[in-house]
Amino acid sequence: MEQALSDIKVLDLTHHIAGPYCTKLLADYGADVLKIEWPDGGDPARKMGPFLGDEPHPDKSGLFLHLNTSKRGITLNLKTEAGKKIFRELVKGVDILVENFSPRVMPSLWLTYEELEKINPKLVMTSISNFGQSGPYRDFKASELIIYGMGGAMNETGMFDRYPLKKAGSVIQYQVGTMSAFATMIAFFASQAQGSGQHVDMSMFESQMGTIDRRMSHLITYKYNNETSYRPDPELEPPGFPYGIYACKDGFFQLTGGFVFWDRICRMMDMPELLDDPGFSTQEGQRDPENLERFSIIWYPWIAERTKLEIITAGQAAGVLCGPINDPGDLVNDPHWKARGFWEEIEHPVAGKLTYPGAPFKMDETPWRASRPAPRLGEHNAEVYSELGYSGEDLERLREQGVI
Amino acid sequence: MAKLPLEGIRVVDITVIYAGPFATMNLADWGAEVIRVESIKHFQVLTRGGTAHPNQQIVSDPIRTGGIATYCGRDVSFRPWNRWTLFNAHARNKLSCTMDLTQPNGKEMFKRLIATSDVFLESNAPHVKENLGLTYDVLKEINPKLIMLSMPGFGDSGPYKYYRALGVHQEGFIGHTFLRGYPDSDPSTTSTVYHADEAAGATAALAVLMALHYRNRTGKGQHIDMAQAEATMPHLGEAIMDYTMNNRVQESMANRMPGAAPCGCYRCSGEDRWVNITVTSDEEWQGLCRTMGDPEWAKDEKFADSFSREHNQDELDRHIGEWTMQHNHYDLMYMLQKEGVPAGPIIFEDDAYTDPHLKERGFFQELTHEECGTHIYPGLSFKISRVPNSIRRPPVRLGEHNEYVYKELLGVSDEEYRQLEEEGHIGMDFLPEVR
Repeated sequence: MEQALSDIKVLDLTHHIAGPYCTKLLADYGADVLKIEWPDGGDPARKMGPFLGDEPHPDKSGLFLHLNTSKRGITLNLKTEAGKKIFRELVKGVDILVENFSPRVMPSLWLTYEELEKINPKLVMTSISNFGQSGPYRDFKASELIIYGMGGAMNETGMFDRYPLKKAGSVIQYQVGTMSAFATMIAFFASQAQGSGQHVDMSMFESQMGTIDRRMSHLITYKYNNETSYRPDPELEPPGFPYGIYACKDGFFQLTGGFVFWDRICRMMDMPELLDDPGFSTQEGQRDPENLERFSIIWYPWIAERTKLEIITAGQAAGVLCGPINDPGDLVNDPHWKARGFWEEIEHPVAGKLTYPGAPFKMDETPWRASRPAPRLGEHNAEVYSELGYSGEDLERLREQGVI
Repeated sequence: MAKLPLEGIRVVDITVIYAGPFATMNLADWGAEVIRVESIKHFQVLTRGGTAHPNQQIVSDPIRTGGIATYCGRDVSFRPWNRWTLFNAHARNKLSCTMDLTQPNGKEMFKRLIATSDVFLESNAPHVKENLGLTYDVLKEINPKLIMLSMPGFGDSGPYKYYRALGVHQEGFIGHTFLRGYPDSDPSTTSTVYHADEAAGATAALAVLMALHYRNRTGKGQHIDMAQAEATMPHLGEAIMDYTMNNRVQESMANRMPGAAPCGCYRCSGEDRWVNITVTSDEEWQGLCRTMGDPEWAKDEKFADSFSREHNQDELDRHIGEWTMQHNHYDLMYMLQKEGVPAGPIIFEDDAYTDPHLKERGFFQELTHEECGTHIYPGLSFKISRVPNSIRRPPVRLGEHNEYVYKELLGVSDEEYRQLEEEGHIGMDFLPEVR
């Protein structure tokens, strides 16, 4: 079956997380993505865990394997003249180039957008960086933690009397990768319409400030009302009940109750006698600590003798917004995602057959497909360089010279 | 000004709360004509406010948190639904018309609008479109080139198909909540984040572009089934792969990350001000020591190499925290970055509006909203070299473009228009009986 981006060619000069997730999204929906790695070790994500069997190995990093499906891979040293020459030849034949070096790297290699568009006047080049290609912080260093603190809602994540918390893992960089894929496609449309190339300047910092909901809403609130956000103290600002995360018989679950949904909570607990109790069913009632105490005497025994599955099943049947607090194992074993066919088995020559996250969305006509496993370092050198007209002898020479 | 890349693409938008509206915001930002179809007879909690007719006394109560859920000036005396900050965060560049889709003539008009449009986005639980009779099977008969994207929490199939969940509940289902709390506390202390909303919104906008590209090539529309939770799950790839590869259940690392020490959030001078520092190499560690004035404690064997630093991180954090307490959060960024150490302040709203980097890059933009007045708003999230762009319209008011949609797009006569006003389709106010 044809895929949505089957006619698009991408040169992928990305590493680590944000860039590779951007090009993975394009590759899994059909784009022909050629990943370039440095001959000496390649993408640093190959050195990052988790590793299969906890054995550090460039082809056994779960992170790298996940982020680079459906791509072909070659090695190329862009610091050599021969490497630059090959790179320019590759740029000629593609629609899109994505890179996520810090902003001084491409100019230091004499590979600026201005130079590259001379070779390929319709080139779309996406540059992903911490703070963008200009401005006083341009060359500052950052990390997942630092970007979330600066651009995100870290000031209000966590408890009021403790240190602020970031989100899990590297989700910010994945989010920037997604926005970068969107930006790349927008620039590709512009390039098609205008017949000219485009350079996308994607700043992780601005991508956070300018997209995430709490940040946007709070930035506007500050201008509307001069109110700053903070980590609230639940004693001072009780959110109503039941509300939030609770322990039950076999774990934790979360729900959104309060007076607005009180009728649904009564249905969930099968306690119609509480329906008209004004201490529970009105906003004023729910703000009185005495009613919270009365409620607690009913609520905690009820949840203590039920599993999270029982509570969620009853809650959803009653229309309550709720869900379990699952760990990654619960997630992978959850019958819903299995029934939807979310998980993908992908066979890799070194790592073997493993289960990966699958399609982020299902397109009826043009499916998602992991067309190949993540490339081994330089796996497609022979194939790609022979397409460019290099012979086996040339390759040997380039290898000796440290170009590939 | 160059044409925007999505000019000429009309998007019909009945999405609610944030993930869906954020998807259509991205499309509107780059030129699509996004028409929100709303109803003055039905109020979707959290989209345009807490309730249709909020109580001024409660909104004014200073004890209630403002932020994500408040009104401009905390004033709800006139059309509060146009003053709700969470809505005005994503409603720029969009149009709004009102239509009651539960009535037969509302459905008819909606279908006429679909016939003249390119894309249709909806984010309700699947029973909503099924009950309304507005599924892809029906709509593709009216417009075979239509691209329809449905983005409920759990997708269009499977045992949880009809489950109701906000982004925050999906986070629990997919393991994100479990993976991000305080390591020394149980999950009941974990506060809310909304990552699933932004992940799903950005992914949905990308999906629409892919379908448009395919349609440009082949003339074919299609349906896209996106479970918001599935769009978010790949973001947790490392934890998922650790389980599928090694059967290991990862736990929260809070602000730390493997291979980095120190890596944390430290208190600064001032009230509730913080700086984040991440050190991943010996060079950066030496830079940190230089910035701190090479204190005696830092020379201890316990901190001599990255392995030791990672294993003595609690003690390391206490020392660093004592130092950062004496400095301003922004000053610490400049001092540390000068020595090559990754560091940045936690930015509050007041910091954001005075941040020199955002200022120089022209991130913020002034807009005038007819009912909220003139304010500065956060701007576009990326730049493209040959497509100069900025926010073209302020957050849209309920029913602001009824005349345009009904008269110009649907060809409704003045008389019919008046009739539709009487029937509760057209208006700029939620009806008084709506809760």
